[in-house]
Amino acid sequence: MALSWKSARWIAFLTLVPILSGCSDRWGWYVVNPTTPSGWTNLTFLMSGLWYTILLSVTAIAISVVLGLLIALPGLSKNPFLRAFNRIYVEVVRAPPILVLILWVYYGLPQAADIQISVFWAGVVALALSDSAFEAEIYRAGIQSIDKGQYEAAQTISLGYADTMRYVILPQAIRRILPAMGNQFVYMLKMSSLVSVIGMQELTRKANELVTAEYRPLEIYSILVLEYLVLILVVSALVRWLERRLTADEAR
Amino acid sequence: MLRNETATIISIRAVSKLFGTFKALDEVSLNVREGERVVVCGPSGSGKSTLIRCVNRLEQHDVGEIVLDGVTLGNTRDSAKVIADTVGMVFQQFNLFPHLTVLDNITLGPVRSRGMSEADAKALAMHYLERVKIPEQAGKYPRNLSGGQQQRVAIARALCMEPRVMLFDEPTSALDPEMINEVLDVMAELAGSGMTMICVTHEMGFARRVADTMVFMDKGKIVETAPPDVFFTAPESARCQEFLQQILPH
Repeated sequence: MALSWKSARWIAFLTLVPILSGCSDRWGWYVVNPTTPSGWTNLTFLMSGLWYTILLSVTAIAISVVLGLLIALPGLSKNPFLRAFNRIYVEVVRAPPILVLILWVYYGLPQAADIQISVFWAGVVALALSDSAFEAEIYRAGIQSIDKGQYEAAQTISLGYADTMRYVILPQAIRRILPAMGNQFVYMLKMSSLVSVIGMQELTRKANELVTAEYRPLEIYSILVLEYLVLILVVSALVRWLERRLTADEAR
Repeated sequence: MLRNETATIISIRAVSKLFGTFKALDEVSLNVREGERVVVCGPSGSGKSTLIRCVNRLEQHDVGEIVLDGVTLGNTRDSAKVIADTVGMVFQQFNLFPHLTVLDNITLGPVRSRGMSEADAKALAMHYLERVKIPEQAGKYPRNLSGGQQQRVAIARALCMEPRVMLFDEPTSALDPEMINEVLDVMAELAGSGMTMICVTHEMGFARRVADTMVFMDKGKIVETAPPDVFFTAPESARCQEFLQQILPH
């Protein structure tokens, strides 16, 4: 593993030490002390947002990875209208801050389109929309980095556009853009915290609610930081595992 | 040697091609008969590669007409079909697919564009790998092969589409000297089997051995067309004489 257990332990250690060493009278760890009933209740309350954070991010990423490709491909076309569609989409969709997009999709879109949208799907749509513009640019860079000779070779064995993309260009492009996409996954996971503002019961929202009840922001937000740290270490490890898996056959 | 009565398979008629203001091809005409082996030579930038790339429309000519097996090339379905059915190509830089094994490189075309079954395609691929003398490399990835082996895989990949014409675009120019002959031998063997070939190459020994027709190009024009015995001993144009003096061993 590139991010080995050894380095993971070090990161955890270096993060925990300053926090735990702050167990002076300024800190009130009792609020999340797992050995007391109330502390345990608070801790499980904080953790209960984990599932929604994961579900929200994974759904949004899955959609934006597909959407991003569908937006990127017209941008590589010879047709100027298709290219213009790509440019306009990317420029317009990546302009608003994610927070603004979340507010617009949750409060604005239902009014504009006369539809009902749940907090969860508003979050998914806003995150996926915003990310798709960035994914599209990543795909474009990856596909453009593939040598022209690969297209020509595909053409000389009579592959059509779809087959050329599917069997020749994309498998090579995706290997190259995986690190950039991994970055984007981490970013999305973090940005999912913004969906708390419209009432999504994910990690950040749970922490905010507990702070309001217990008045111990320092300890509760410290736990929140740790929760995100662990999540993101897991995502990093998954991305690296995927990178190794995809490049393993070439190295043989 | 070539029988004169075979039908014309490629007819290039007064073809011109511009890259911006640069005239890569300037009213080039050339007929290639079925089974004919044409070797095209000339200084770099003379339009040799552009000429053969127009035959399978990797480049699109601006003026003139190219007729392939009776079909005029253009942006038509018939044109695309006749190219797919008739022409194979080998590139200077091999252009193998680096993420696929040798076998998958070769079977991709037959399976995806011909609708052949995996098993049939694999059998056919192995047949052509035998022919280019590297069946034992079938499971490897291109990066683990030498340049000469990679180019032979590229030849097998083109042959597996069962073309009637093979285009070679400086197939040995990117190779280390010790690997050039293994590729030329495969090409000579192919020539001996009756394949129609247009080869852009500077390998004059190979040309002498296999060519029916030598074509010399300069500045986008065909300057000289002759059988090899005439071409190498008594070239007409001064430009061609000069070129041959430069590249032939003394």
